[in-house]
Amino acid sequence: MTTVQTSMPPQAAATVEAQPLWERLRTSRNVLALWFMLPAAAFLILFLAYPLGLGIWMSFTDERIGRAGIFVGLENYEWLWDDAIFWLSVFNTLLYTLVASAIKFAIGLYLALLLNRHMPFKAMIRAVVLIPFIVPTVLSAIAFWWIYDAQFSIISWSLIKLGLIHQNIDFLGSENWARGSVIFANIWRGVPFVAITLLAGLQTVSPSLYEAATLDGATDWQRFRYITYPLLTPIIAVVMTFSVLFTFTDFQLVWALTRGGPVNATHLMATLSYQRGIISGRLGEGAAIATAMIPFLLAAIAISWFGMQRRKWQQGSDND
Amino acid sequence: MTDFRTDRRSLLKGGATLLAAAATMSSEELLGYAKAWAQTAQWKPEAGAKVNLLRWKRFVEAEDVAFMKIVDAFQKANNVTINVSNESYDDIQPKASVAANTGQGLDMVWGLYSLPFLFPEKCTDMTDVATYLGDKCGGWSQSGKDYGMLNGKWIGVPVAATGGLVNYRMSAAEKAGHKEFPKDLAGFADLIKGMKKNNTPAGMALGHASGDANGWLHWALWAHGGNLIDKDNKVVVNSPETAKALEYVKGLYDNFIPGTASWNDSSNNKAFIAGQLYLTVNGISIYVAAKKENQQMAEDINHAHLPAGVDGKTRELHLGFPILVYNFTKFPQTCKAFTAFMMEPAQFDPWVEAAQGYLSPFLLGYEKNKIWTADPKNTPYRNVAETATTPAGIGKMGENAAAAIADFVVVDMFANYCTGREDVKTAMATAEKSAKRIFRH
Repeated sequence: MTTVQTSMPPQAAATVEAQPLWERLRTSRNVLALWFMLPAAAFLILFLAYPLGLGIWMSFTDERIGRAGIFVGLENYEWLWDDAIFWLSVFNTLLYTLVASAIKFAIGLYLALLLNRHMPFKAMIRAVVLIPFIVPTVLSAIAFWWIYDAQFSIISWSLIKLGLIHQNIDFLGSENWARGSVIFANIWRGVPFVAITLLAGLQTVSPSLYEAATLDGATDWQRFRYITYPLLTPIIAVVMTFSVLFTFTDFQLVWALTRGGPVNATHLMATLSYQRGIISGRLGEGAAIATAMIPFLLAAIAISWFGMQRRKWQQGSDND
Repeated sequence: MTDFRTDRRSLLKGGATLLAAAATMSSEELLGYAKAWAQTAQWKPEAGAKVNLLRWKRFVEAEDVAFMKIVDAFQKANNVTINVSNESYDDIQPKASVAANTGQGLDMVWGLYSLPFLFPEKCTDMTDVATYLGDKCGGWSQSGKDYGMLNGKWIGVPVAATGGLVNYRMSAAEKAGHKEFPKDLAGFADLIKGMKKNNTPAGMALGHASGDANGWLHWALWAHGGNLIDKDNKVVVNSPETAKALEYVKGLYDNFIPGTASWNDSSNNKAFIAGQLYLTVNGISIYVAAKKENQQMAEDINHAHLPAGVDGKTRELHLGFPILVYNFTKFPQTCKAFTAFMMEPAQFDPWVEAAQGYLSPFLLGYEKNKIWTADPKNTPYRNVAETATTPAGIGKMGENAAAAIADFVVVDMFANYCTGREDVKTAMATAEKSAKRIFRH
C-alpha cells in the first residue's frame, strides 16, 4: 500500500497557492476520486433513485395508464386513510411477514444445525435442501395452487380416503385457511435461504471452541447458547433483514395463488398496489400504496442496523 | 380511395359464391381470397409491416386454429408479419396497460370487456373499420355499439362475446323438480336448493375471476334493480335493491359446492368436467370439451339464459372481446386491414363455426350462421348480444366503469357478505366507498 499517496509531495503543496483553480482541480485526488465514483453513482441513480423518486412523485398525482397526471397533493393518501381494504392489506402484510419470518428462522436454524453434522451424502442432502429456493416462484405457486384446490386438493383427497374428514378443506376460500395456506407456501420457499446461509455461518465457528467447551463439561444446550449463538448473530442479523424484506415485499406467490382473495383476505400491500395501479389503471393510487410500504421497510432495516451497531455484532462479540 | 364503393360492390357481386364455400375453404383458397380482398380493400398495409398482436388464450382449441389460419392468409396475401402472443384472461389486461403506458411492445390487443375504455386516449379511431363492417354484416347490435364507442367514436371493435349463460346437467335439474329451466328468480333459487339436497350441487365463482365472477354477480345485482352507478354515473350502489340482491345471492351461495370464494375462471370448468359440479354460469367451453372427452356427459348438458329480473327483463354481463389498435403503432393501416379482414364473412363465419358457440357475434348478420341452429344446445348463445350490457350497466361506459370492474368492486361486495365477513350494510358501504374512490373524477 506504499504506492498510494495520501497527500501531495511537499514541494507541490508549496506551489498550490499559486496555481489557478483549473490546475488545482486537475491534480486534486479528491476530484479524481469523484470521477471514478461517477459510473457507480450513475448506475444507482438511474436504476434505484430515479424509479423510487418517480414512484413517490407519482403517488402525489392522479396519473392513470396512458395519461399523465396532475399534482393532487395528499389526495391519494387521504383516500387510503379511509380505505378499509388498504388497512386490511397492511394488517395482512404485517401478519404475513411476522409469522412467516419467525417460522422460517426457527426451521432454518434447526435445519442448518442438522446439516452441519457429519453424515453420509452430506453434499447431496445440502443440495436437495436448496430445491424450493431454486424452483421459479410461479412454478411452485402453481404446484401449491393444485395442492390447495377447492375440488382437487391432494391433501383433502388423502384425508377423505383415510376417513379423517368428510368434506374437502376450503384452503383458499375461507379467510384464515387462505392466510395460513399462503404463509405455509412462503415458508416452504424461504426456509432454504435461511438454512443455507446460517449453515455457512456455522462453518466459520472454530471447532476448537467446541472442544474446549466439551472439556469443560458444557452440555449441548450450553454449547449452542454460549458458543454457536453469539458467533452466529452477525449472520442472523443479515439473513433476517433480508428475509423480512423479501417477505414484506412478496408478490408473486400470493398473486399466483389467490390474487388477494378470498375477499381481500390475502391482499398484501404489494398485490393491492399492483391491483390498483396496473389492473385498474390508477397509477397514482398504486404508487401511493407502494410508497406507504417504505416506512415499514425503513423500520425493518433500522432495527437490524442499530442492533448491529449496539451489540457490535459485526465483530461477533457479545459485550456492549 | 374515392372509387372504393364501386370496387366493393363488384367484389360483393363476385364474392357471393366465395362466401358460400367459405366454410370448406382450404388454406390455398383462403390465400387466394385474401389476395383478392387485399386488392380492393380500403386499407393498404404498410410494406413489410411487423405487427405484434396479443390475444386471450383460447378455451376452445379449434377456434384458435381457425384464427391462426386467418392470420396466416393475411400475412401471405399482404406480405406482412403478424406475431400473435397469447395470455390468460387475467394477464391480458396488465400487459395491455403496460404497453399503453410505455407506448411500445404491442400494436394491437384482442382483450376482454371494456379494455379500450381503460386508456381511450391511446386507442386508434376505428370508426372507418366499424362502419364498413356494420354496413356489410347486418349492422351492429346496441351492445356492440356500447362496447365499441366512446363519444361517438369507435375506440375498439367488439369482435364477439362469449355468453355467460347457465350450463347445467338436465338429469340433475329434473331430479330437483325442474324439467323446464326456471324463468324467474324464485324458481332459479329453488332449483339450486334442490340440487344441493340431491348432492348434485351448483356453483358459481365468487373469487377474483375476471370473466365468471363478474358475469353472474352483475346479473344478480341488475336483476334486483340494483346498480353500481346511475345513468349520470353517480354511485348508487348503497340501496334497498342491492340489499335484496345480496340476500338472494347469499341464499344461492349457501347451497353451492364449497370453495367457490376461491374460484378463478377455470375452476368451474374443471369441476364440471370432473363430474363434481352440475350447474354453473360459463361460456359454451364446458359443453365443447365434454363433446370431445365425455359424450355421455355432453348429452346431459344444456344451456339457458339466466332468469329475468324483477322487472321481467334479462340483463346479462357477457364477456365482450374488443380488439383495439394503439395510436402509437407504426402500422395503423395493417392493423385496420387485419381487423376488417378477419371479420369479413369469408373468415368470420368459419371461425365462428370452429368456436362452436364460444364466439357470439355483435354483428347481427352473423346470427344467421348455421352453428346456432345445427345443435339446439348452441341456440341460447346466439342472442348474447341482445341481453349483453356493458360493465357500466345503465350508466355510461368510460374509464371509471372499466376501472370498477377491473377492481372487482361488485364481486367483492357479494363475496364480503356471502362469506360472512361483513353484514349487508357494511358490504354495501364498503362497495360504495370503493366506487366513489374510482368515480371521484
